[in-house]
Amino acid sequence: MSFVTTLIPAQAPPAAPPKPFTLGRFFGNAFLGVWLALAVGIFMMIAGGWDPEKFAKYGPNYLSGLGVTLLLVALSVALGALLSLPLAFARMSKNPVLSWIAYGYVYFFRGTPLLTQLFLVYYGLGSFSAELKAWGLWWFFRDAWNCALLTFTLNTAAYQAEILRGAIESVPRGQHEGADALGLPKKVAFFKVILPQALIVALRPYGNEIILMIKGSAIVAIVTVLDLMGQTRLAFSRTFDYQAYLWAALMYLLMVELLRNLWAWLETRLTRHLKR
Amino acid sequence: MSGFFTAIVEAVSAFLGIIDPLCGPIGIFNLFAGNTLLACGADGWGDEIAFGFLVTASLAIATLPVGLVMGFFIALAKQSEEKSLRLSANIYTTLFRGLPELLTLFIIYYGLQIVVQNFMTAIGYEGKVEINAFFAGMIALGMVFSAYCSEVLLSAFKAIPRGQYEAGYALGLHHGRTMQLIVLPQLIRVALPGLGNLWMALLKDTALVSVIGLPDILRQTSVAARVTKEAFEFYAIACVLFLILAFLSSLVFSSIEGWAKRSEAAR
Repeated sequence: MSFVTTLIPAQAPPAAPPKPFTLGRFFGNAFLGVWLALAVGIFMMIAGGWDPEKFAKYGPNYLSGLGVTLLLVALSVALGALLSLPLAFARMSKNPVLSWIAYGYVYFFRGTPLLTQLFLVYYGLGSFSAELKAWGLWWFFRDAWNCALLTFTLNTAAYQAEILRGAIESVPRGQHEGADALGLPKKVAFFKVILPQALIVALRPYGNEIILMIKGSAIVAIVTVLDLMGQTRLAFSRTFDYQAYLWAALMYLLMVELLRNLWAWLETRLTRHLKR
Repeated sequence: MSGFFTAIVEAVSAFLGIIDPLCGPIGIFNLFAGNTLLACGADGWGDEIAFGFLVTASLAIATLPVGLVMGFFIALAKQSEEKSLRLSANIYTTLFRGLPELLTLFIIYYGLQIVVQNFMTAIGYEGKVEINAFFAGMIALGMVFSAYCSEVLLSAFKAIPRGQYEAGYALGLHHGRTMQLIVLPQLIRVALPGLGNLWMALLKDTALVSVIGLPDILRQTSVAARVTKEAFEFYAIACVLFLILAFLSSLVFSSIEGWAKRSEAAR
């Protein structure tokens, strides 16, 4: 008969088994290697072709182009938001004529490319220069920047009207009934009860729309507006230096990422009362 | 034998010529615009615009499978357990969702040209290399499409409960068979509305490829507008053609959605 008289001293845990080298790990490392090689290649390209003269010459142009892009997007989004209000209400109205007109407007602007709309306004309306001069509107349509602003405003108004309509219709019926039961007038009920809830739903799509507008605004370069893309094309056509596009890519990426993060922060901040 | 094939090709092209909706014998340009600028033939722009319509449609259709397959694998990579795979997939989507499509197109077009040119010079070929605009457009739009598509598919993957995979494994199915027989049919149903939106965006983005010289709808109507000085009419026709494409694809998508939901209808 035997029994234990001493405790076995604490042992070190067995060594962890080696991680198997799976296919996923192989591909992950390979793709990461590709990205690293690309980053190093681009860095070498910029460092190798570094030319302070070009930088001093085209750097300020890029900044002014960035300003044009930001101004164009900010103005058209703000004006489009104003225009989208009556559109969204027309789309939701019980009057079939009104709602069909609004539906046709939205369908046209969401169904055709922005570039085609821009050409239609800039070149298409430009061919009616005699009539436009007679009406005293020629000074507006003569300038590519004005045409771009008009097209972008009309385009984003269509998208924003759909966002707004979807958000307003997503507010549950009980909220309308609750406001009615409290005896609130229609206007107060809309602005104090319905709209605040709708705007929270609409926040994310609005952010996406602004990002789409920033990216879409690059096409104004084709109708000779010197925005960020336009300055880039100008610099490329003069220097034939591929770096021109890389700098523009960096700036667009920075803009979009900043806005995306700002929007994520805004969303967590504005919906913190909904967290449980 | 070769004569037989030629005969088949001729018969098919003759048949396509008859049912051609724009410029055939019963095409709208021939019926309603016979003596105007839109006539088909040497003195009108109808046949050029009909060709552009075909180019736009075929570019979008050729890009779709590229983008879908790439997007599927990127979505798989994003939910993999491997950190490096997730990271590289996230870099990809951040890049191609953040860059303007036009800039992506230029970077791919000129970048490919530089890369291929250097490669050919290294081999010993001394000549100017030109990248095909259709090919460059397909690559660039496919990359943008796949970046967005991976996000749509990722959220669709998250909508499928874990139990579905476990049921597949319990039935003794291999990982690939589980994906093919159990997950994918449900995935398609969840992802279809999102993919429909992406298809519409792709259709509109094809207009950008006209900037690097692809003879699509916009390019052909621009040339016609410049030659005839009737800019408004021709750009309005371009808009209408794009609207027709959008309308046709919404019809196709609603029928696909009905097909994907056929098992739900009986309940």
